[in-house]
Amino acid sequence: MPSDHPRLIDQLKGGLDAPICLTWELTYGCNLACVHCLSSSGRRDPNELSTAEAKAVIDELRDLQVFYVNIGGGEPTIRSDFYELIDYSVAQGVGVKFSTNGSTINPARAARLAGSDYVDVQISIDGADEATNDAVRGVGSFAMARRAMDHLATAGFGPFKISVVVTRQNVAQLDAFADLADGYGAQLRLTRLRPSGRGADVWHELHPTNEQQVDLYRWLLDRPDVLTGDSFFHLSALGESLPGLNLCGAGRVVCLIDPVGDVYACPFVLHSEFKAGQVRDPGGFTRVWRQSPLFLSLREPTSAGACASCGSYDACQGGCMAAKFFTGLPLDGPDPECVKGYGEAALAGVAAGSAPSPGIGHSSPVTFRRR
Amino acid sequence: MTNPGGAVASEETVSEEEDLVEEDLLVEEISIDGMCGVY
Amino acid sequence: MFDSSTAYRLDPKVALRPEPFGALAYHYGSRRLTFLRSKLLADVVADLGDYESVDSALDQRVPAGQHRAYRQALASLATSEFICAV
Repeated sequence: MPSDHPRLIDQLKGGLDAPICLTWELTYGCNLACVHCLSSSGRRDPNELSTAEAKAVIDELRDLQVFYVNIGGGEPTIRSDFYELIDYSVAQGVGVKFSTNGSTINPARAARLAGSDYVDVQISIDGADEATNDAVRGVGSFAMARRAMDHLATAGFGPFKISVVVTRQNVAQLDAFADLADGYGAQLRLTRLRPSGRGADVWHELHPTNEQQVDLYRWLLDRPDVLTGDSFFHLSALGESLPGLNLCGAGRVVCLIDPVGDVYACPFVLHSEFKAGQVRDPGGFTRVWRQSPLFLSLREPTSAGACASCGSYDACQGGCMAAKFFTGLPLDGPDPECVKGYGEAALAGVAAGSAPSPGIGHSSPVTFRRR
Repeated sequence: MTNPGGAVASEETVSEEEDLVEEDLLVEEISIDGMCGVY
Repeated sequence: MFDSSTAYRLDPKVALRPEPFGALAYHYGSRRLTFLRSKLLADVVADLGDYESVDSALDQRVPAGQHRAYRQALASLATSEFICAV
C-alpha cells in the first residue's frame, strides 16, 4: 500500500544507520594555496591520523558497509601512504573516489590508477584557461592539472571527473568547461562556492551574481549529464527542480572526517558548531555517526522557520547550512543566495564582522600575490 | 458502448496503475552524485 | 528482455545493505545506487539465485497480490543490471 512506503526523501532526512558515502580529508597539507579553499589547507597538521589509525577508520567503514569514500584534503596524494590507503580501502570493499589538483599524477601513477576498477579520480580546476584558473589556484596550476588529465587519458583510465567551483569569474566559461570534459571523455562537475575556509575571505567578491545564478540554472537544466553533487539545490526554487536529491545530506546520509579524525556534518562546516565527534574516541566513527547529539539533531524534522511563508521552500529547503552559517545568517531562514532575494535582504541586517569565522586553519603563512 | 469485457478491462487498468505506483515505490534509483562532498 | 520464467541472481558487483525500510543496493561497476523499499523485496533479491526462476521465487516468497508489482520491480533491477540472468 502506498501509505506503507514513505517517500525516499523523508527516509533520508531521518538519517541512516550508516552513511551512504562520506568525505574524508586525508591531510591538510597541500602544495597549492587556492584562494577559496574550503578546508583552509596548506600546512600538514602534526596530529593527522597515522596509517594505522586511517586503516582502522577504513575497517569501520567496511563494517558499516559504506559503499565508497570520497578522499580529499588538502592534496591527499602528498601523504606518502596515500596509495597504500586506497589499496587497503578497495581491498576492504570500500570504493574510493579521490579529488586531486593533479600535481602527483605522472604517467606511472596514471597507469597504476587505470588498473583499478574501484578507484575514481576527480581533477580540480577553476577556469577553462590558464589566466582564469591560475588567478584562483596559483601560477602553474592549470598546466599541472591538464598534464594530469593528459596522463590519465593516455593511460586509458577511462572517464575521470573534472571539478569546477563556479565563481563570478568563470561562470561565462561553462560551455568551455563542457568542451574540455568532452575532449577527454571526462565528466564535468560544477560545485557551489561556499563562504567556507578561505572561501569566507573571497565569497562576497567571487560568488555568482543573481543574473549569473539564473544563467547557471538554465545551463544545468539543459545538461543533465553535468554533475553537481546536488550543490545547487537552492536554485530549484527558480522552477523545475534540478536533477538530484535536492536536500542537504549533512549528518544524515553523508558527513566529513577531517585529517586529525574530527567528524563534521559536511566538508563546508569545519567549525566547532558542526563538529560531531572524534574517531579516536571510544566507539570510533560508528558511535559518532549513530549517537552524536549534533547528528541526531540534524535528523530531526526541520521547520521552514522564516521561509514558511515562501511558496518555494519545498523546492529549495532553505538552501545550504554552510552558506548561511558563514555569512552570519540564521539557519532557519533564507540562503544568502536565495533566488527570490530574501537572502540578500537578510544579509543587509548582518553586522559587519559578526559572521562566524572559519579561522586561519592550516593556511600556509605565505600569501600568494593574486593577479 | 457496451462491452461484456469492459468491467474486466477496467479492473485490469486500475490494478496496472496501482502496480505501477507500487513499483515506483518498491525500487527507486538514487542519484549517487546527490550529496555535497562527493567526488 | 526480462523473462521471469528464467533464473536470475544478484549481480556479483552489487552490494546489498539492509536498512530499516528495506535495503540500499550499490553497483560497484556502474556506481549506481538503488533504494529497495521493502525488506521482503530485499530478501528475495538477495536469495534470487537460489530459485529456478523469478516466478518460482515469487510463488514461494511473495503474497500473490503483490506478484505483479514485484515482477515489475525486478524487471527494473534487471534493466539497471543489478540482477542478471543466470
